[in-house]
Amino acid sequence: MCINMVKVAFKVNGEHIELDVSPRELLINTLRSKLGLTSVKYGCGIGECGACTVLVNGEPVLACLTLTVDVNSKDIITLEGLSKNGLTDIQRAFIEEGAIQCGYCTPGFIIMAEYMLREVPNPTISDVKEYLKGNLCRCTGYINIFRAVLKAAKSRVSR
Amino acid sequence: MMYVIPEDIEFIVPVDLREALELINKLNNVKALAGGTDLVVDLKTGRFKPKYVVYIGGLKELRYIRDNNGSLHIGAVTTIQEILDSKIIAEKAPLLRAATEKFAYWQIRNTATIGGNLCNASPAADTAPPLLVYEAIIKAESVRGSRLIPIREFFKGPRQTALERDELVTEIIVPYKDLENSGYSYFKVGRRRGYDISLVAVACVVKVEGGVISDVRLALNSVAPIPVRAMNVEKTLIGKKPSLEIIEESSKLVVYDISPISDVRAPIEYRQYMAKLLTREALLEALKKTGVM
Repeated sequence: MCINMVKVAFKVNGEHIELDVSPRELLINTLRSKLGLTSVKYGCGIGECGACTVLVNGEPVLACLTLTVDVNSKDIITLEGLSKNGLTDIQRAFIEEGAIQCGYCTPGFIIMAEYMLREVPNPTISDVKEYLKGNLCRCTGYINIFRAVLKAAKSRVSR
Repeated sequence: MMYVIPEDIEFIVPVDLREALELINKLNNVKALAGGTDLVVDLKTGRFKPKYVVYIGGLKELRYIRDNNGSLHIGAVTTIQEILDSKIIAEKAPLLRAATEKFAYWQIRNTATIGGNLCNASPAADTAPPLLVYEAIIKAESVRGSRLIPIREFFKGPRQTALERDELVTEIIVPYKDLENSGYSYFKVGRRRGYDISLVAVACVVKVEGGVISDVRLALNSVAPIPVRAMNVEKTLIGKKPSLEIIEESSKLVVYDISPISDVRAPIEYRQYMAKLLTREALLEALKKTGVM
């Protein structure tokens, strides 16, 4: 009856990972504590803030509510994976537009912005607000974030 | 802290539905976990302290959307985003799609499930109003067999359902045949647009035949201990010619269908006011879609 550990195998940022985890382990703890991927930020822990957003099979989910057993055989991307070959266009736009204050919410925003640009390559400001509505910035720097995302979108389209 | 799920809760991951049903039958003080956007939070905060959690979110056999003879059959662990993206849902049950569109946000919709939204039995459940309008049927299974529960008998109170302790919701059946060629609308008010927990939401379908309203169904959430149908409003409208006056008059009656409370999100007066307003808007919008107004 007692199943203490479960074997999980998944891909993180292109790398194959095999781990024994407790079935109650949350993805955020696996990624941060076991794999050292600290771009995945612990914000609220209750699905309100979006700071722990990661892509699982290309879709954004919250690592603080996702069980690690649930990503078995799936493909996970964190900000470390997006910026493997240096800063991405979105990261550069965030820096240029001053879209970062304390920076804690930034990885979640960039992951969501990346997801949006894959779905909607030419977003309007309302698209940006719609896609980023699950991410909170408590320094209240939204205007610069929206500007940065639109700038990255433009540079991607013209590329 | 909210970092981890408490260690004294034993998690079990069954390989199929049959094993899940056996576990739930055998164990005491057990909770079934699907997407986890509500229950994982409740486990972290200690609102629920089960001894065992049976994780059914990974059961692929409970994840499907099928069209069968005038009804949609939706597997219980189908995610809200899958419903939102489904062409069959958009075509056959557009009101359900409209509600999922206003359901939380991307990251939550990719994880939350329709069965979990119903079994969590929040008075604010976003999928409840459209499913009450479609008069959905909840399929519950246990080791003893299966039974069908009309959604109006499913909710028993806040966080309470008609499920027996050994039962799991496995499927939601959405009959749409009667509501084809009707107008529909969905309105939701939260503190932030389309994101926060509903303060009031109204789902509405109206059918006009021979110049009179032949069928009208309205359901609301967050204004009573359970999501409710607005029978007083419906009764007043049925058989009537659609007009602004009758909409105005009938939408006021919604206060007899609801019993809101004051809480951290809104006072009674605001909920009553918004329920009336949204009922009127929902009827207008739905009638507009039928082309008669």
